[in-house]
Amino acid sequence: MVATETFIGQPVLRKEDGDLLTGQARFIDNFTMPGMLWMAMVRPPYVHATINSVDTSAAASMPGVVGVYTGKDLSLGALPFVWPITEDIKIPVHYPLATDKIRFAGDAVAVVLAETREQAEDAAEMVSIEASELKAVTDLREAAKDEVIIHDDLGTNVVVHWSHGGAGDQDIFESAPVIVQETYDQPRLIPNAMEPRGCLAYGVGAMDEWTLVSATQIPHIAKVTLAGVMGIEEPKFRVIAPDVGGGFGSKLNVYAEEALACALAKRSGRPVKWIEGRQENYVATIHGRGVTHDCTLAGTEDGMILGVKFVELADMGAYFQLLTPGIPELGAWVYMGPYRPETYWYEFRGIVTNCTPTDAYRGAGRPEATYVLERLVDAFARKIGKDPAAVRRMNFHPPFDEATTSICGLNVDSGNYEPLLDKALELSAYDEVRKEQQARRDRGDTKQLGIGLSTYIEMCGLAPSNILGALRYAAGGWDGATIECTPGGGVIVKTGTSPHGQGHETSWSQIVADGLGVDPDKVEVLHGDTAITPLGMDTYGSRSLSVGGVALHFAMEKIKEKARTIAAHELEVSEDDLEWADGSYRVKGAPDKARTIPDLAVSAWHAHDLPAGVEPHLNATAVYDPPNFTWPSGAHIAVVEVDTETGATDIIKYIAVDDCGTVINPMIVEGQVHGGVAQGVAEALYEEAIYDEGGNLTTSSMTQYLVPTAVEIPAIITDNSQETPSTTNPLGVKGIGEAGTIASPPAVINAVVDALSHLGVTEVGKPASPERVWRAIQDARGGAA
Amino acid sequence: MTHVSVTVNGEQREADVEARTLLVYFLRETLGLTGTNVGCDTSTCGSCTVMVDGESVKSCTMLTAQADGRAVTTIEAMADGDTLHPLQEAFHRNHGLQCGYCTPGMIMAAASYLKENPAPTEEEVRESLEGNLCRCTGYQNIVTSILDAAGSMSGAQA
Repeated sequence: MVATETFIGQPVLRKEDGDLLTGQARFIDNFTMPGMLWMAMVRPPYVHATINSVDTSAAASMPGVVGVYTGKDLSLGALPFVWPITEDIKIPVHYPLATDKIRFAGDAVAVVLAETREQAEDAAEMVSIEASELKAVTDLREAAKDEVIIHDDLGTNVVVHWSHGGAGDQDIFESAPVIVQETYDQPRLIPNAMEPRGCLAYGVGAMDEWTLVSATQIPHIAKVTLAGVMGIEEPKFRVIAPDVGGGFGSKLNVYAEEALACALAKRSGRPVKWIEGRQENYVATIHGRGVTHDCTLAGTEDGMILGVKFVELADMGAYFQLLTPGIPELGAWVYMGPYRPETYWYEFRGIVTNCTPTDAYRGAGRPEATYVLERLVDAFARKIGKDPAAVRRMNFHPPFDEATTSICGLNVDSGNYEPLLDKALELSAYDEVRKEQQARRDRGDTKQLGIGLSTYIEMCGLAPSNILGALRYAAGGWDGATIECTPGGGVIVKTGTSPHGQGHETSWSQIVADGLGVDPDKVEVLHGDTAITPLGMDTYGSRSLSVGGVALHFAMEKIKEKARTIAAHELEVSEDDLEWADGSYRVKGAPDKARTIPDLAVSAWHAHDLPAGVEPHLNATAVYDPPNFTWPSGAHIAVVEVDTETGATDIIKYIAVDDCGTVINPMIVEGQVHGGVAQGVAEALYEEAIYDEGGNLTTSSMTQYLVPTAVEIPAIITDNSQETPSTTNPLGVKGIGEAGTIASPPAVINAVVDALSHLGVTEVGKPASPERVWRAIQDARGGAA
Repeated sequence: MTHVSVTVNGEQREADVEARTLLVYFLRETLGLTGTNVGCDTSTCGSCTVMVDGESVKSCTMLTAQADGRAVTTIEAMADGDTLHPLQEAFHRNHGLQCGYCTPGMIMAAASYLKENPAPTEEEVRESLEGNLCRCTGYQNIVTSILDAAGSMSGAQA
């Protein structure tokens, strides 16, 4: 009897790497087909304008052009929007091509089909748009005044008001001994997946069968929703997500170009391909964030948080994309953080502007919520003259290992917050850094030290379908897994998740290897194709492991149940006489009498001698609907050096202590934290979509929008050793994909403010660019003079 | 049209290309070498980095005509048969890639840099990558991979 190796918890190297390392990957732009046409979008030279006419004649006569089409020529249905969060929400109807009005810079008015990409793009420039320009409104506070209405039929730009309402004694916000009031702005961010979007549509008109290959996170959702828009019968529509070069939410959508490529493949009878340029990506692919919060914290002089209140304005952009108004709502459930205020209030208004639509960007609602809460807690600590670590510690919810209802209204699965802070303080050498900080203050050094904390919880594993239903989301939150044990000793896994860098093939193989007693290399994970893995809800919201991975667990349970029946038959014992040990079913008391899953897969395959009523083939499918969300938590600390003469910030130490429940692959978990923190650091210090007075995006390419490089991003110290198991699922897993992005922006900004607080600085803004920081220092000095 | 003769991955390739054709599109579309990716249109992201006469070049910054008579190496030629290049091996070993879109450019940039500086410090590696963007890894494991490869490459030479 050989002891079986355990793979869960091991840093197993990735199966995905080979093709990606050698230039053999199948990214969308690597696809080509015989007879393929190229599509180019005609974007407007306006941000807000009434369309008078669109002249396509010059473009149509350009070399290689097969057709030029306006919205009127194609008369397609509206693009899918699946989250009408309130009964009285006003929905701006969003067609793939604008016909009446241009409402943002990415609002295409026509589309060109040509033999080559160059010909399509050259012709797109020849389409003439005659339009009457209107005043553009890109600031959400301005837009909320309704002086310029963007959708005339709606009559207002304030298209939704969602009030979660209150819990506890609201009078506390007037009567508490300490009241802290702050307003925090969080600018729009551009996701910048390294691979821009793109798609290829093809099919057989005579059979009305169509396939869309798209750089998407959501092939399954795209299939269901686009079939409706296109009038394609869903069983005859297949969506494939090939290798996808990052998403971060920007590919968690169904876009105009996907609908148009399908429509034009049908119309032309030829394959149609479209690849987004980067500058096009900046206006046509969703943005993230773009919110402002009025915040109130009620507390006591000794540091207890009694209540928190947040009133938010959220920039929807010119239309709703797939989920747009639902994003702020995703934050609504974490405004208490790891603390236990007795009073809570949250509401938001969604405002339409002449900007690119917003939607899910890594963290989606939860970074916005965590940022304002963690900034507010620091402001509170400063106001009462207490150490921010001490204030957090005294307010933590005590450890719990059963689902517990929070003041925000959902049940948190489990948590143990204080040891995470302790670990982060230890790894940051907190006390020593505070001493050094004081020494520099005493000396009046040019470069001052700041320490920023962020202790957070997040809500992952989207999502229990009944809760989604109660929140008026159109779909469920389940996921599926199918396992097939082949006679050659292999295991085929068909997962409903759709990875784009997260390493599901590796982690899923580890889970199956442990569960079925096989080598991970024998497991083949298939994903991202609705014809191969029809049961799925895709990858976003840190859901893949805690929903799709758990579906895999339940499929394995079914496999083992069937395998046990066959094993008992072959070993001529009753099923009760068998036990699962060291990767085999063994006869109790006679462990050498055993059958492995590969043994039983052979038996089930040739089916020569199966017990009565047992179907041939060892295969099973499970669909898992999580009974609750999962709730990771953690403590992050940034130590920064701020140059008080230039305003430049340098992160000299960054500590990320995260509790994501059971860790399947620590190498992948650490990689997710690194990338998440880097995106959060980018948000804190560098990135911001800026519009000029005419409504034009001035950060319109990678040369103006500052995606940080290896020079700006610090080395990150991670710790994932605390694994408080989730009570939601039998694997105990919680999720890690968004933790870094949720935790890090407030840690970094709190650190910058902390570095300057002795100068009287209380706010620097986000991103904390050298100019903003320098101005804050000047303002504080001016104020003191 | 301009006639060009370029040595690509050791093979002489001849073609007539439009004068405006960038090297990256010659590689990807004329030669079918799609391992070199395009991530931007402003020569910022570095996804399209290749080596020209042994030095890293963003292949979207060079016209194909400018590569006439020169030797281009792309990601497809880095492995020696079934043996990965030490950089590819190190990226695998250290989880230096997630979605993998920036990876060919990172590897080509690093291969060129390690020729100039075979034993760099962490800070030097970070500076050498200033022209290459990654959105997944936070760069940490890319830097680790390159330092690891530098170690194994110098060990192999010793």
